[in-house]
Amino acid sequence: MIKRKDKQKDNPFYDPTLTKRHRSSRRFKRFTLTSLVFSIAFLIFFLFDIVTKGTPAFQQAYLKIDVTYSQEAKQNYRKAIDKKYQNIVSRAWLRTIPMEIENNPELLGTKTTIWVLADDQVDQYLKGHYYKLKRKDRALIDDMKADGHAELKFNEIFFKNGDSKTPEFAGLKSAIIGSILTLIITMVFAFPIGVMTAVYLEEFAEDNKFTQTIEVNINNLAAIPSILFGLLGLAIFINLFGLPRSSPLVGGLTLALMTLPIIIVSSRAALRAVPDSIRQAGYGLGLTKIEVTRDHVLPLAFPGILTGSIIGLAQAMGETAPLIIIGMIAFIPDSPSSIMEAATVMPAQLFTWAGMPERMYIEKTAAGIMVLLTILISLNALAIYLRKKYEVKW
Amino acid sequence: MIKFALITASTISILTTFGILFSILFEAIAFFEVRSMWYFLTGTEWSPGIPGSKFGAVPIFAGTLMITFIAMCVAIPVGLGSAIYMSEYASHKTRSYLKPILEVLAGIPTVVYGFFAAITVAPFIVKAAAWFGLEATFNSALASGVVMGIMIIPVISSLSDDVIKAVPDSQRKASLGLGMTQGETIRNIVLPSALPGIISATLLGFSKAIGETMIVVMAAGLRPNLSINPLEDMTTVTVRIVDALVGDQAFNSPETLVAFALGLALFIVTLILNIISLSLIRKFKEKYKVNTL
Repeated sequence: MIKRKDKQKDNPFYDPTLTKRHRSSRRFKRFTLTSLVFSIAFLIFFLFDIVTKGTPAFQQAYLKIDVTYSQEAKQNYRKAIDKKYQNIVSRAWLRTIPMEIENNPELLGTKTTIWVLADDQVDQYLKGHYYKLKRKDRALIDDMKADGHAELKFNEIFFKNGDSKTPEFAGLKSAIIGSILTLIITMVFAFPIGVMTAVYLEEFAEDNKFTQTIEVNINNLAAIPSILFGLLGLAIFINLFGLPRSSPLVGGLTLALMTLPIIIVSSRAALRAVPDSIRQAGYGLGLTKIEVTRDHVLPLAFPGILTGSIIGLAQAMGETAPLIIIGMIAFIPDSPSSIMEAATVMPAQLFTWAGMPERMYIEKTAAGIMVLLTILISLNALAIYLRKKYEVKW
Repeated sequence: MIKFALITASTISILTTFGILFSILFEAIAFFEVRSMWYFLTGTEWSPGIPGSKFGAVPIFAGTLMITFIAMCVAIPVGLGSAIYMSEYASHKTRSYLKPILEVLAGIPTVVYGFFAAITVAPFIVKAAAWFGLEATFNSALASGVVMGIMIIPVISSLSDDVIKAVPDSQRKASLGLGMTQGETIRNIVLPSALPGIISATLLGFSKAIGETMIVVMAAGLRPNLSINPLEDMTTVTVRIVDALVGDQAFNSPETLVAFALGLALFIVTLILNIISLSLIRKFKEKYKVNTL
């Protein structure tokens, strides 16, 4: 038997560096795999971090105490509860008592034991986070907890209320409504214009200077930093046209210009995927170009167009920078009722909360992020589902 | 009639670009009428708001470059590495799972990244720096740069993956047939062929990093700081634009108008990067007759 080493020596093609080269090749593969693993690990860590930070916000501390709806309480809401509870009950909730009496006069003069909203520090204390509470109050809460009079309950306020300066009273509702209004405006403008541009470029336009300019422009628009769209919205819609600042109308228009290139590019791809035989069959039957496009090509391309638009919508929904520039970070406790009123949107609301000093806002921001990401991921999943369902192999 | 409507719709994209350019340009000119353009471009002192306010943007440009540089140090190796693995090593099926996962990173809103950078990464960097006996601020350029780099990974990996995939297989086979290892084939044959596309992807990532706003607004500082220490706080063009416009100053005061001067600088730089990158990718497409991408 010939030893392996000798065999290699006799082989005229033997490359003494081969082992080294193979090792280097493996090293290279390991490097590429590591970088991929790094990105995915980051994603997992990131989601884990947000979920652990945000989950506590879905629960909120409530206290079971006596509330007196007296004439005194109507004048001074602090009188509605026993003095010893004053530091641990939410001030924002207490302030609603006079209005409650106003609305339900039969309550006047009654005394009931109900679950009331606790102060944010109590909430943090019960969740085992950092808190600022006096020893006396802590002892009181410990006693109440032992009696079952202090509990963490599902946080309805987070979805029912608008923004508030008191963290335990702040919710996402006005931001969600603002987001919906803004996105409606965005789609009303971006969708028809985007699809029409795509149809023109794909079906009608000849290759001339004009269409080439549009092409280059669309590619550039897609890559322009979003904050510059905010400057455009500020200078043109607000300063030139005098549309109201912070309104969903201006926000929606600004986002529409940003979403346009996404819709145009994906609609063009969808139109291009429709085979020419369809068009030629239409012409063969004597249809005009407009009829072929309207009745045959567009319906066939529609699922693709829809997919692209949903992705564009999702992107507009997460956009913050241009909206900050046009003033959509104002403090808005009430939900906007029209597109001309000042409003805030979800990402802008998260930005505002993230800048607040109270610890509870961090929790709320993370919880808001969970809500926002859930919506965005569902939108993207819907887009993928539509694409898969209507995918046609020609 | 219908055709007219279609042409009108298409014209809007051109109008938008010009709208952005002119609205920014006019306000920037209004700024340069009251403040020297030369000082804006070369001055090193930035002190708006105080009497005799100065607008020397050099520290701001430097801060932007620093944070972008950190971001690219993260994004280029990781993004390119992921792209190479997905297109060269992974099976078709694995690739079809991996790509959407990476694209989730691109779909995360930047305000979320900003929150993550400010709340999780920045305190971690302060702790880690203290461990090495260094001192980092809570608004360190490193925190926002690293998170921004992660945000840019899919920009680079997705486009590079397409480009690498588009390099004809005959090249790989020829190289392997001549006895090259797979690593050598990728490094010496595939990557050089795909280089225009990879550079294009990198430039797009670069332009995205320069224009990124929310991460730096939330995690980087407000203080113009001419320093090369990434553990210090720095500010960027976009941060100053936001800061100038959320204040209470009158709209025609230089403190507000300077936002448009900064915006103009941002517009010009990103536009140049985009044009170069788009022309590179077109060259690549012509070379290999790729229809998709």
